[in-house]
Amino acid sequence: MDNTSSVKFFNRGPSPVVRLVFFSLLSLLLLFLDSRHQYLESARSVLSTLIYPLQRATALPSLVWHEADEFLTTQTRLNRDNGQLRAQHAGDAAQLQQLQGLLAENARLRSMLDMRQRLNLPMQAADILYAERDPSRHKLLVSLGTQAKVQSGQAVLDDTGVVGQVTRVHPLLSEVTLVTDKDHEVPVQALRNGLRMILFGTGDANVMELRYTPVTADIQEGDVLVTSGIDGTYPFGLPVAKVSHIERDPAYPFARVLCTPMTGVHNHRWLFILSSQDKLPPRPEAATEAAPAKSRKSGKAAP
Amino acid sequence: MSMLTQKDREFMLPARPAFIAGSLFVALLFNGLPWSGVWLALRPDMVALVLLYWCTHKPHRIGIGIAWTIGIFADVADASLFGQHALAYTVLAFGGIVLHRRVQMFDLRQQTLQVFLMLLASYFAYAAVHWKIQGHVAWTYMVGSATSALLWVPLTLLLQSLRHPRSTSERP
Repeated sequence: MDNTSSVKFFNRGPSPVVRLVFFSLLSLLLLFLDSRHQYLESARSVLSTLIYPLQRATALPSLVWHEADEFLTTQTRLNRDNGQLRAQHAGDAAQLQQLQGLLAENARLRSMLDMRQRLNLPMQAADILYAERDPSRHKLLVSLGTQAKVQSGQAVLDDTGVVGQVTRVHPLLSEVTLVTDKDHEVPVQALRNGLRMILFGTGDANVMELRYTPVTADIQEGDVLVTSGIDGTYPFGLPVAKVSHIERDPAYPFARVLCTPMTGVHNHRWLFILSSQDKLPPRPEAATEAAPAKSRKSGKAAP
Repeated sequence: MSMLTQKDREFMLPARPAFIAGSLFVALLFNGLPWSGVWLALRPDMVALVLLYWCTHKPHRIGIGIAWTIGIFADVADASLFGQHALAYTVLAFGGIVLHRRVQMFDLRQQTLQVFLMLLASYFAYAAVHWKIQGHVAWTYMVGSATSALLWVPLTLLLQSLRHPRSTSERP
């Protein structure tokens, strides 16, 4: 502290302690004002303007460095980036294609959901896992089986109409016979006039046939055929096919009527299995042919 | 003995006000460099060091008032509250001025410790304000006072060497 006395001796103004106290109090006052009130904002902005060139000057070296760095970017690096971007682009394109598939599937699922709400029937969505290897037999294996309480004979739908029915149930899978299978028949009605008929699969995915239709039957090209609900396998009113071609030859008792399935039977990855239906009372024994639960759907709807 | 006189002469070296102002200006520039991350924590407070250098070497030229003013500028540059750096530098300048005889007694390496303690005191003034206002203690800046102290020797040598040629030329 001898310094202070010497300072005093030369009369250099207030002692350091006094100065310390003064400036500390000044600082604290400023701190208080700045933290509690906005009085000092204008002073700060003035000082900031003074200091701004300084700050710009200090930022300059890093700025110049970045500029130079960018300028000196070598061609090899650009090439490398280009290669990387190409690879990424290829990957992205693949993903984009997948995305389009997913979008289509999503739209389809939405329409199925719509259908489900419209029908208001309990259904389970099932994934198609396998298709029958023999092309003449139109069968699929779907992802629900006894574990999901699927039973043989349940109808299988998609968003536009009937696809087929469950014909065999495994623990984790079940077999669906499509309406286009050549051993499959569906009892149908013409939507226009309610005429009941039986629609047979032909083994061709795009052709179905109305057999046993009298030559004189009132049927026209373009008639929509919906399930009649007779025999209990299919609920009433689901679209199945549309009449596409009629040949009436008086030499034969029956007309040859060809139809096109409404649903793209072979177009899906998802199907609905109709979970439960109203049980019809059992058919009387007197009938020619018992229709057990297996119900190969020999619907007796011939007019 | 000659060593002592040599050192005394070092402390007696003249310093032009422009040189003092220039060194402080450069220190402010240095503090304003875009520090970030670890480097921000390690950042030495060059302004504090240069201030301390002048306070210990020219205690009658550089006083607490100038330290306070520079602190205000540092506050604006740092966007901290008005008075935060000012208070810290006031404490620092006080330490430097009061203890300048004592610092002069030691050689450079020993000075480092003294300087470190003074920087620490100024850090605590800063941190106390920070804690009072922000609600938490800015521990990371404490590392900065250690790196600052480590830079005392090179900085002193640099400033002395910058003053030397001029002094020899000015000397009759």
